[in-house]
This record gives sequence, structure tokens and C-alpha cells, in this order.
Amino acid sequence: MITTSVGSQVELTDAECLQAAQLERVWQEPAGFIGWFKAVHHTTIGRRYFFTALLFFLLAGLLAGAMRLQLAFPEAHFLSNDKYNQVFTMHGSTMMFLFAVPMMFETFSVYLVPLMVGTRNIAFPRLNAYSYYLYAFGGLMFYVAFLCNTGADRGWFSYVPLAGPDYGPGKRPDFWAQLITFTEVSALSVAVETIVTVFRLRAPGMSLNRIPMFVWGQVVVAFMVIFALPGVVLSSTMLLLDRTCSTQFFNPAVGGDVLLYQHLFWWFGHPEVYLIFIPGTAIVSTIVTTFSRRHIFGYLVLVLALVSTGFMAFGLWVHHMFATGIPQIAESYFTAASMMIAIPTGAQIFCWIATMATGKVVLRTPMWWVIGFFFVFIMGGMTGIFVASVPVDLQVHDTYFVVAHFHYVLIGGAVFPLFGAIAYWFPKVTGRMMSEKLGQLSFWLFFVGFNVTFFPMHLVGLRGMPRRVYTYQPNMGWTQLNQIESLGYVLLFVAVCILLWNMFKSARSGAVAGPNPWNAGTLEWATTSPPPIYNFLHLPTVNGREAIWDAAPNQPVVVGLDEDARSFLTTRTLDAEPDGRDEFPAPSIWPFLAAVATSLAFIASIFTPWGITLGAIPVAITMIAWFWPKRQPAERRRAREIWQSE
Amino acid sequence: MILAAVPGFQGNQTVLNPVGPGAAHIEFEFSLIFWITTAVYCIVLLVLVIAVARKRHSFEAMPEPLTTTPESDRIARRSVGAAIIATVILLFIMLVGSFETSRALGSMNPENALTIDVYGHQWWWEVEYPNNEAYKTVVTANEIHLPVGVPIRIHGTSRDVIHSFWAPNVQGKRDLMPGYDTEIMMQIDQPGSWRGQCAEYCGEQHAHMSFYMVAESKEQFAKWLNDQAQSSVSPSTPQTARGQQVFLTHACVLCHTIRGTPAGSRVGPDLTHVASRSTIAAGELPNTIGNLGGWILNAQGVKPGCRMPPNQLSGSELQDLLAYLETLK
Repeated sequence: MITTSVGSQVELTDAECLQAAQLERVWQEPAGFIGWFKAVHHTTIGRRYFFTALLFFLLAGLLAGAMRLQLAFPEAHFLSNDKYNQVFTMHGSTMMFLFAVPMMFETFSVYLVPLMVGTRNIAFPRLNAYSYYLYAFGGLMFYVAFLCNTGADRGWFSYVPLAGPDYGPGKRPDFWAQLITFTEVSALSVAVETIVTVFRLRAPGMSLNRIPMFVWGQVVVAFMVIFALPGVVLSSTMLLLDRTCSTQFFNPAVGGDVLLYQHLFWWFGHPEVYLIFIPGTAIVSTIVTTFSRRHIFGYLVLVLALVSTGFMAFGLWVHHMFATGIPQIAESYFTAASMMIAIPTGAQIFCWIATMATGKVVLRTPMWWVIGFFFVFIMGGMTGIFVASVPVDLQVHDTYFVVAHFHYVLIGGAVFPLFGAIAYWFPKVTGRMMSEKLGQLSFWLFFVGFNVTFFPMHLVGLRGMPRRVYTYQPNMGWTQLNQIESLGYVLLFVAVCILLWNMFKSARSGAVAGPNPWNAGTLEWATTSPPPIYNFLHLPTVNGREAIWDAAPNQPVVVGLDEDARSFLTTRTLDAEPDGRDEFPAPSIWPFLAAVATSLAFIASIFTPWGITLGAIPVAITMIAWFWPKRQPAERRRAREIWQSE
Repeated sequence: MILAAVPGFQGNQTVLNPVGPGAAHIEFEFSLIFWITTAVYCIVLLVLVIAVARKRHSFEAMPEPLTTTPESDRIARRSVGAAIIATVILLFIMLVGSFETSRALGSMNPENALTIDVYGHQWWWEVEYPNNEAYKTVVTANEIHLPVGVPIRIHGTSRDVIHSFWAPNVQGKRDLMPGYDTEIMMQIDQPGSWRGQCAEYCGEQHAHMSFYMVAESKEQFAKWLNDQAQSSVSPSTPQTARGQQVFLTHACVLCHTIRGTPAGSRVGPDLTHVASRSTIAAGELPNTIGNLGGWILNAQGVKPGCRMPPNQLSGSELQDLLAYLETLK
């Protein structure tokens, strides 16, 4: 049995060098321009997801700047009302559909989960490539439409009848509805990949009770994606049908129902918040563990909290609709449910604080972002109790108080952890450390700028300023607070610029990181930085929750996989005992071509229902080519099956 | 309750300056949650800061992971358990407060309430005081007069997209949705003019869709209602007579009503007593002759996207029309 000390740097023996060269040959991604579109390895696709989502974050951030400029002065004319309505819709839709979920769920799942569970690639790697291209094409379509003055302008929720055929002329809401379709397909694909990766591809020994907190978070999110997205699939498709095929789902004049749309949308829309925030808590758990230098306190409580949040998230959607007037008994139920969700979230926060209090805290940049997370996110949680209570919600709903609330929750719960995660995993991805000085500078600027921007929104909301107004009148007493908010934006802008500069500069000239610069415990640190294209020279086995910290002195590694094929080990869901071998598919151009065909079908369907009918033909052709069986792997698979059945 | 004393929250469109029982009930629950959550926030973050500061490593390198002692974990377990129990108790208190507030709001339903119909339009409010005798029914726009201290039943719906009726000093908001009828109970105990605004995004001019709730004594209100029920005054001078003809021979008549004339369309606001209103364009502009003139000539310049088209009128036609409209008290 070959053993190795997981995570520590050892000189490779000659045999290992040969083995590494062999793996490199087998796993290599195709080179050249065409090769770029064939890539299927999860680290390659994960990086692309990251940069694309980051780009959309910056674009949406610039749109926010345009809004802050417009609102800095009453009755200003920097943006026309028509432009402003497009800008705030683009900002919200981009942040929710093109940044938050693709960044917090897709990017982190795709890049980190296979490394953390100790396998060589994500399950269904070609589907993964396909999901990325669809996401990118969807975002591209949305912004091209915006530049052609066809940007969505009915809000990120596109309520009917405002977005319906009678009151939403032109093609603006159609582009919004199809953006949803694009991002849904990509999120659902990644959800399936994540679940299979975690339940079937874990390293031997990583039984359910040893899965890292981060991976638990991503699994819970993956399940939520599968249950939540059908709601919005349905509502946006029905909207599109109303608009292009003259169905009357939402037309009250002929018996359609405008409230139905809201129920379907928020069935997805509320869990959406948790899709964004649970990966944030997963990051916080990871960083708190590493920088408190101890195993996380209350692992079981944290896992149960995540799972119960995942369940409860589906019982809260009506609290976005309190103002529509609902029966008292339903009101009581949804108020109670909305307040109850504070219990698992509170339990998580208490466990993190207990971890810090009983560990020894090292204050490096990732930890600063997590501390910022506590200050900001808990504030958002507290204002969440206001909006959970029906009577109070009737006052603050759709005002700037709610704008403040969800920016505290979402920036606190997702962007602060995200920036912490960038500082934390940057050395793993690039092999170099980020500058500590610039990191802390950007943290403090962002933290102060965030509060200057968003805290006054609570006050201006209580003073009666509604959301989604393109301007306000000078005598309302809102001017000063709005100007403070706009100044805060400048700080946020500078902070993000410093962060980007830090990433750019550190990627070129940062200190060399080594495999495990933070002396952390999870498996992604048990390989070189950046990881090789085959992830691990020796596939690891696991002996505890923090695989590296808990490794036995002679922790065994996995042996016996074919070295001349992209083979991997499957393990059982509960106890992660090995139960078979299989082979990942090779890189291929077909997922890319299939994504192009699918995108053409989606975009064409904005203009004519025939888009789907005729567009399905190239989709079918590319999919058939994609799944066309290859002789060699099929024969190897048959041999393996015979071997396994014996 | 206590927050109302904080400067800056006085005003005629704020949540924390209630002038009726509806907003006052809500303000009580608001204060309850405010004080509890503020205390919790401070305590939790204080504990966090102490934990970090006390246990901080002063050196840069990442030390070896600690092995935790059962002793410290037992204390942590107890503290976390206590904190969770405290959370549950505090949530329960706020929940009961919320239910009680809902119940108080729900019980504001006396039989003798005055009913007012409100219809949301893109982007103005149609207000109707129904009367069994149809000729006494009052129709106006963007200005809701009501008597102080009398329960009011606002009965509302929308004529196009979803709007939300919200006057924060008076009562929480309620969406007005096409295909649904809704009822809001309210009461104002303090005379004055309380501003409200549409709170559900309703398109191009969502920002300019406000209204005023004018609370006055019962006598004043009765007089106002009686005045509004009258037909429009007939033109008494040659100029106003010409102005009426301008109104009836131009596009105005296609959308607006002036009771007592052939103009009877209900697409736009009823103008029978337009001069008695304090604002035009759904609260956007004070109702002065200059603003009215600018609005008639090119409403799109004032409120881009609104349903009122620009009008080609000669100078004298406009003067006559304005003179006529000014008489419609």
C-alpha cells in the first residue's frame, strides 16, 4: 500500500514523476484556438465562470453608479425615466441572475467541490462546459439588447400585467424572460453535477459526517436549485407565451390571474436569496475554521441548520406579497415561518462565534472580510424581522428600507464572504499570495463605503421614499440622505478598484504560495497550487472532517486506477466506501456547438414561436453528435463491468 | 412611540409620525422590534469583538491547528444553547406582538364607515365618493378629502397595472390589482394634508404618482362634498365661454369629464372641479395657472411617458382655456 503525508511537500520519486507525466498526457486539455472551446476540466470551466460572473458584477456595479448619480439630486435629468427604469432592472437582474447565483453557486461548486471531495473532475464535465456557454451567451444577449435600447425595464421580477403584452410593448420583457431560461438551464446543470459529484465521487473515507461544511452548503444549494427553479421556469415561460403566442394566463379581462405570476415567481424568488446566501455561509464556515485554527464548533448543528434553512426557504415566499392582501390565517403562518428562519441562521452565527472564542484567531484579509460579514449580515438579519412581521411590512415594503435590508443581507451574506473567498483561495488558483496590505485597505474602504451607502437607506425609507422611483421632489426631505448614499458609492468604487488591482498585481508578482499557505485542513490544499490538470497525483483518502489536519501519519492513497484513461473512483453515498470505477469523457467541441444551437433557438423564440420548433433541429443534431458512443471507452467500460461483476 | 421623538421623522409622508390608529398600531410593533433587535445586535457583536480580541494571534504565520479541550467546548455548547433559547423566546415575543397588531388592524371595521373608492391608473389616482343617488356621486382625482376621526373604508382596484396605495402616516400599504377588489380600513385623527405615493413599480412614471389625504373637520368635509357634487359652473364671461369651446373642440374632451358639459370621458381625471385641487399631474406640480398651461401644451415635457398628449393651441386659445379651467372651483 502506498502511503503519503497528505498536504506536506515531499520530493517526488522517479516513479511518481513518470506517473505525473503520464497523467498530464492523459488529462491535458486540447491546445489552440479551437482547443479553448473543447475544454471540459472543472478548474478551466470554473475559472471562466469566475471571470464572467465578476465581469457582470462590475457592469451591474457601474449601473448602480448611474442610479446613485441620478438620485443624488431631486428631479435630476442625468438619466431619463425610461433609461433609469432599464438601468435599475438591468442592475437587479444582472446581480441576481448573472452575478450572484453563477458566482456563489456555480463558480464555487465547479471549481472547488471536486477538489474538496478529492476527485479528478466534476461529474458530467461536458454538461458543465455546456452550462457555462449557455450562461455566457445568455448574459451576452441581455447586454447586447441593453445596448440596442431594448434593455429589460420591468424590474427584476417583471410583474404582470406591467410586463405583459398590453403594458410592456416592444421586446424588452421578452429578453428578460429568455435571460431567465438561459440562467436556469445552466444553474440546473451545475446542480445535477454538484449532487452527483458529492454523493458519488468523494474520496474514500469521507463519509457523510466528514463532508466539509463548504461542500454541505453547495449540496444544499444544489437541491434547492432543483426545487426552486421550476417555479420561475413556469412563470417566465407563461409570460413569454402570453406575449408571443397570445395565451391569456395573466390577463384578468378574460379570467387570467395577475397574482398567480407572483406566487410562481416568489416560489423561486425567496429560495433564490438562500441560493446566494448559503454558499456565503459555507465560505464563512471554511474561513472561520482555518483562521481560528480549530475544527468548527457544532458541525452537526451547522449542517442541520443548512438543511433546515433549505427546507424552510420554501415556506416563506408569501412574505414578498403581504401587501397584496392575504387572509389573516395565511398571514400568521407566513409571519411565523419568516421569523422561524432566524433560528437556524442564529444557530450558525453562534457556532461561528463559539469557534472563534475557543480557537485562536489569526487576523488576515480573509478573516477581516468574515468579520465584516458579521457586522453587515447580522444587521440585515435584524431588519429582516421587521419585514417578516406583516403589519410592519405593510409600511416598509417596497420602500428604501427594504432596499437597505436586502443589500445588507446579500452584500453582507454573499459579497463580503466572496471577497474573503477570493483572498482565501487566490493562492490555490494562481499559486501566489495576494497583498495583505492592499487586501486590508480594500476591506476597510469597502466596509465603510458600504455602510455609508446603505445605512441611510433605512432612514430615507422610513421617511417614505418608495423603491424604483427615478427621481423625487425637492421638498420631500430625502435629498441629503440620498447624497450621502451617493458619496458612499464612491468609496465602494475605489475599494473594488483596489481589490481588482490587488488581484492583477498579485497574480503576476505575489509571493509564491506553496500548496497550503494557510495551513488549512480541507483537501484542495493537499495538492500543488495551482492544482495540476489531474488535480491530485495520488487520489487522497480521508480520516476526519479536516482531511489534512486529521490525516493519520501513514494515510493511504487510492491506487489501482487506470493511468492511461481519465478514470476515477466512485464511492458509496453514505460511508464513501469505494464501489466502482468509471471514466470521464474526453474534451469535445460538441458541448460548445450544442450551446450555440440552444442559444439560437432561445433567442429566435423571442421573435417568433417558430424559433423553438425549428431551433430544436440543430440542437438535436449537436446533441446526437455529443452523445455519439466512442468505441474505445465503451470497450473499456464493458471490461470494467465484467471485472466488477466477478 | 419613542422613535417619533427622533428629529427628522416628523413629516407628512413618514412611517414614524402616525396620525391615525392604523399607522399607530404598526408604529408600536415597529418600536418593539426595533428595541429588541438593536439590543441583540449590540450584544452579539460585542461578544464577537471580545472573542476575537482576546484570542487573537499577534503573529503572521499560520500556527498548527489546536486540539480543543472538552472543557472549553462544554462552555461553548452551553453558551450556544442558551443563545438559541434566548433567540426563540425573543422571536416569540415579537411574533405575538405582530399577531396582536394584525388583530388590532383587523378589528378596525365598524359598520358606519365612510366608503371611498380609489382606482389606480398609470399614473394618477381616481377617487370616487359613491352615493345611492347617482347624481350626488363625487368623482375627483389625486386628492382624498375626509373627515377627521371618522372610520374610512377605502375600496380599491386598478384600471391597468398593479399599483400600491400608501399614505404612511395613516396606514400600511395595499396593492391595487386588476381583477381584484380590496378594502383598507383607516382613520385620521389629526387635521392636515398627508401625502401618499404609489409603492408598487408601475412603469414609466411610477415616481410621479402621489396623492394627498386631506383631513378636515366634519363640517368642512360635508361642505366640500356638497360642493364637489355640483355640476361645473357655466361660463359667465365671454372669455370663459370661449375657453369652454376650446375644451370641447380639442383633444381634451376625448379623455376628460366636466360634468354639466358634453365632456364625459373617463380616461383621464375628472375636471369638473379641477381648480379646487391643490396640485396637478398626480401631485407633481402645484395647481397654478402657469403650471397648468405648461402641462396642457406639453405634458410630455413635465412627465415623460404619461398618457396626456401634447396639444397645439394658439396663445389666445390657451388663455381662454385656462381662464375657463380656473373657474371650475
